[in-house]
Amino acid sequence: MDNSLSLINDLIIPGLIIVAQILAIIIPVLLSVAFLVYAERKVLALIQLRKGPNIVGPFGLFQSFADALKLLAKENIIPNRSNKIIFLIAPMITMVLSLIGWAVIPFAPGWVISDINVGIMYLFAVSSLGVYGIIMAGWASNSQYPFLGALRSAAQMVSYEVSIGFVIITVLLCVGSLNLTKVVEAQSTVWFAIPLLPMFIIFFICALAETNRLPFDLPEDEASLVAGFSTEYSSASFVLFFLAEYASMILMSAMTVILFLGGWLPPFDIAPFNYIPSVFWFMLKITFILFLFLWVRGTFPRYRYDQLMRLGWKVFLPLSLFWVVVTAGFLVMFDLLPT
Amino acid sequence: MKSPRIYNRIHPTGNMFLYSFSFYLFSTIAVLSALMVISAKNSVHSVLFLILSFVNSSALFVLLGAEFLAMILVVVYVGAVAVLFLFVVMMLDINFIKLREGFLQYLPFGVLLGAVLLLELSMIFFSNRLSKVTLVEFSTKPIFSDFENTKDLGNVLYTEYFYLFQLSGLILLVAMIGSIVLTLRDRSGVKKQIIYDQVNVDTVNYIEKKKVKLREGTNV
Repeated sequence: MDNSLSLINDLIIPGLIIVAQILAIIIPVLLSVAFLVYAERKVLALIQLRKGPNIVGPFGLFQSFADALKLLAKENIIPNRSNKIIFLIAPMITMVLSLIGWAVIPFAPGWVISDINVGIMYLFAVSSLGVYGIIMAGWASNSQYPFLGALRSAAQMVSYEVSIGFVIITVLLCVGSLNLTKVVEAQSTVWFAIPLLPMFIIFFICALAETNRLPFDLPEDEASLVAGFSTEYSSASFVLFFLAEYASMILMSAMTVILFLGGWLPPFDIAPFNYIPSVFWFMLKITFILFLFLWVRGTFPRYRYDQLMRLGWKVFLPLSLFWVVVTAGFLVMFDLLPT
Repeated sequence: MKSPRIYNRIHPTGNMFLYSFSFYLFSTIAVLSALMVISAKNSVHSVLFLILSFVNSSALFVLLGAEFLAMILVVVYVGAVAVLFLFVVMMLDINFIKLREGFLQYLPFGVLLGAVLLLELSMIFFSNRLSKVTLVEFSTKPIFSDFENTKDLGNVLYTEYFYLFQLSGLILLVAMIGSIVLTLRDRSGVKKQIIYDQVNVDTVNYIEKKKVKLREGTNV
């Protein structure tokens, strides 16, 4: 009797709480993915002087749901000579990896599922694993275009991760902790986007490359590779890739906001600003970064592959390495190193 | 072997069942996938199993409370090394049947290597020095504690093991330079883009205006 009671207290109740917490994050994330897709089409339409989706629901707000239903109702085609298990696992891995990062994101003071000490490292690890879904999909399809897309993506993501690593190190030098809550709290005087402006720009551009967004969407380059790694995918497995791309966009925006734009902190800690709840500030900043993602897509042409590699290795890597040394030197010289 | 002191540090709630269950789950998957690495017929599958094995060992590090090592394992080995590995294995056209032929021939060598590794590990394990190894002491801190084992690791690495740390950095540098020297070839006739020159193109030096008479043309 006593044993079963402790089982309920130790396992079942904490387990249910964790499941509830996970659902409380994943459902809003997936809903915001739907509206992000709608927003992207609307923003691109406005940039190109079109109307965009405006039929389904008021102002076309339910367009994404209609598209999702259409895709799910289609037949899931598995190519005959593909490697079936890996072909089916790849989109699942991509989707899972785009969602597990949210476990450590602090939405407001204390609003975080798992406040681990190595939060930044965890996010960095999750974003660097994202390449596996793509490379597995490309290989398992057993077809030329997806394979080329996968190889491009592998090289691209490995290259840009190096710069992201150095950018994260500069932020860590200023914070003195890998905990994301502490990173946000360290920005209460000034957001890191101001003293580390070049790093902020580099991080944003690397985030574009890391999420395979334009102008770096070489893995699915529709002008030369049909649809890149997702050429052979249809129906539900394509939906997973599609959702994952946008979910990881939101995750990278959240990461940018936490590292550089002060997370949940209001811009000024004075009367009208700090009446607004912290979560609202956090979401507002994420929305701003997401708008930048869409704006860049509407404005810039796609990079050629050698230009992409040159930018990563010959421009961003030396610059970010240099800035690590400058930041460290500055902090040591003026004795500002956090303890 | 397992002292109650360490056990209490790892699980503040004292939930032994969950801890043992996760340990056996992760270690079983790690060992099985390690076996699959060497027995899988397709070499791409081998690499994918290797990655699975890495991820599960990283989960074991998390259970030990060595969160920094766990994350570094994922970032470095899974995120970078294994991607390049997979990249190369996918690109190469390996004949698997031919590779299998030498299996028995190389078996004694493999057994020897395994035996040496086992011997070394058991020497550390039974030598009573395990508890005195500062790194192990420092790194087995619970993940939710206020104490960050990243800092502990840094404190040990940059003080006690400073020269070894620098030495390993130098070894990596030498390896990097070596591989660059091996692959760098001076090929002639390669058309390279020099971005600086391209950006500095001006109308005076690069555009020539010519008056062309009708029906006569001109020499370019």
